[in-house]
Amino acid sequence: MDFWNTLRLALRALARNKLRSSLTMLGIIIGVGAVIAVVSIGQGANELIQEGIQNMGTNVVYIAAGSRRPGGLHMGYGAVKTLTMDDLRAITREVPMIKEAAPGVTSRAQVVYQNQNWNTQVFGTTANYFPIRKWVVMAGTVFSDEEVEAAANVCVIGTTVSRYLFGEEDPIGKQIRIRNLPFRVIGLLESKGQSVMGTDQDDQIIAPYTTVQRKLAGVTWLQMILASAVSPDASIAAMQPITALLRERHRIRQGDEDDFFVRTQSEMADMAAQTQLVMTILLVSVASVSLLVGGIGIMNIMLVSVTERTREIGVRMAVGATETDVQLQFLVEAVTLSMMGGLVGIVVGIGLSFLISNLLTWPTVLSTQAIVLAAFFSVGVGVFFGFYPARKAAQLDPIEALRYE
Amino acid sequence: MGDQALPTMDTPHKQAQDECVIRLDGVHKYYHLGDFQVHALRGITLEVCAGEFVAVMGASGSGKSTLMNIIGCLDKPSRGSYFLDGVDVSQMEKTELARLRNRKLGFVFQQFNLLSRTSALENVELPTIYAGITPQERESRAKAALERVGLAQRAHHYPSQLSGGQQQRVAIARALVNRPAILLADEPTGNLDSRTSVEIMDIFQQLNTEEGLTVVIVTHEHDIAQYAKRALEFRDGKLRRDTVIKDRLFACDVLPTLPTLEDEDADDEMTAPPPEAD
Ligand SMILES: Nc1ncnc2c1ncn2[C@@H]1O[C@H](COP(=O)(O)OP(=O)(O)OP(=O)(O)O)[C@@H](O)[C@H]1O
Ligand SMILES: [Mg+2]
Repeated sequence: MDFWNTLRLALRALARNKLRSSLTMLGIIIGVGAVIAVVSIGQGANELIQEGIQNMGTNVVYIAAGSRRPGGLHMGYGAVKTLTMDDLRAITREVPMIKEAAPGVTSRAQVVYQNQNWNTQVFGTTANYFPIRKWVVMAGTVFSDEEVEAAANVCVIGTTVSRYLFGEEDPIGKQIRIRNLPFRVIGLLESKGQSVMGTDQDDQIIAPYTTVQRKLAGVTWLQMILASAVSPDASIAAMQPITALLRERHRIRQGDEDDFFVRTQSEMADMAAQTQLVMTILLVSVASVSLLVGGIGIMNIMLVSVTERTREIGVRMAVGATETDVQLQFLVEAVTLSMMGGLVGIVVGIGLSFLISNLLTWPTVLSTQAIVLAAFFSVGVGVFFGFYPARKAAQLDPIEALRYE
Repeated sequence: MGDQALPTMDTPHKQAQDECVIRLDGVHKYYHLGDFQVHALRGITLEVCAGEFVAVMGASGSGKSTLMNIIGCLDKPSRGSYFLDGVDVSQMEKTELARLRNRKLGFVFQQFNLLSRTSALENVELPTIYAGITPQERESRAKAALERVGLAQRAHHYPSQLSGGQQQRVAIARALVNRPAILLADEPTGNLDSRTSVEIMDIFQQLNTEEGLTVVIVTHEHDIAQYAKRALEFRDGKLRRDTVIKDRLFACDVLPTLPTLEDEDADDEMTAPPPEAD
């Protein structure tokens, strides 16, 4: 029997029991729909995180004072006083993969403008920090090297700070007081929104590091160095020489722990992607259980159908249907059932993912891969679970099948 | 078996010896039911030639259906051999047997065995879809077969909309559609009233005489067997008698003498059972 006939026959048989067929498909529909929706949520989250990491800067190598401890917490932020401007210069000078580097020293401070009051972080750095971290100045300018040299009381503020202190007012050129010292606002940063960790990146003030070191924090060391490598690969490659260089400069003996730690942006991106992948695999496995249950449903219904149609099978065999013909007929029926379930499931999955992104405003990204995979998987389920009932039909004895009541 | 001379009686164009379409040689059939075994056929040796019309008679349980199943390639002999058209089919594979059933044999059953939610035309088409014929050819063949049994205008009716006699005629059309060499019918009139039975026999006789089709039917009724040319009598799994039918009846002669209670113009609804015709 040719394929089109077999398919037509299968569609007819399924149309004969519409309710039963649709209920049987439901398992596959839910399974496929859930897989697609879950993957789209996972992909959406991943894309968001990757975007956040990209936003952190260009090939950033992050060197922080303190030591890396289990759980990712670093201890002695501030207590470790060994990271200095000299280290920074040594790194840019001696590590060829590093293009440039900016220092980082922070202090929390109360900020006042007229009767407005705000507690925020003041970050001290140099002018090249802005390109490294991909900060764009929306209005005004950033501070110059001379202002850094002179430890000038100038600052660039984030949009959150601007909103709390100035409201609708233009902050450029205004005088604010940071821990009672007068500072002139010379620039306003473009908003970056939340960081990957969930903190508001716009809630900060950036000032020359010299000013922060001497006038606000009262320290001579740095808390971090943000270096920019020439390429993503170079940023990973730079980790080893930087570590070696700093260990030597800090006179750390062999076997002793580092008093700093180095991390790269690409490493963070990879880690985030890994975590996301594990999450997605987990969720997909859960969703796949439904697919399995759907498959068992198909098998069940096909077994019932074979029994109900025993006489029909007998007639077909008597007029010349071979085992293969009968086997194929029932297999195609099972696959048609699961494939239709798969197709409806794909539509449901896409719809669900749209609904999630629109109603819950979660970012979702439809994955063609997941859709294609789900389609193949549903066919696979049909073949796998349809095989046994079809085999049973094909192996019926025609005489007994004809006699079956 | 003195059957060699028989076919020449009504079908002068057939010469017996070489045209033997069915030949059974010491065929036995056992059924195993737990530890006890039923010996359904006990050494059947039999030849049926092209163009014959054979009626198989015998008491219930004498092995008639078992014989028909073997002749029809639905079953294999436990012992002995069966030659269909000169080819030993007793040891063939299931797939080959299915092919033979499809191409060489036509089946008619007592219970009609039509697919219920399928139109008459599609029922008739059924064997053709397993024969690898083009769809156009399939439909024209099915229509021709329906026409042959006088049901052309009922092509799109479902079995439930047809009377028993009409259903059996559809079944006959289905058996004819692949132009088989042999038509096998196991009690084809068992579920029909007398008049309808004669109508069915009329079709068989026409096919036999006009197209030279070999017909083998199983029947319990002597007056139905009278329409055949040769009668085989079975008892306890053995062939007891093999006789030429004397005073053969011709359905075309008998039909006008039977009372027609309904207008049998083929578009009447389900025929109510008429009183016994004789
Ligand atoms: N599948 C089977 N399993 C066991 N025994 C069987 C089977 N089919 C037939 N028999 C036995 O074989 C014997 C012959 O059966 P068969 O059906 O050929 O009889 P029959 O002549 O057709 O009878 P009837 O006129 O009632 O149809 C019977 O005794 C029956 O019980
Ligand atoms: Mg019988």
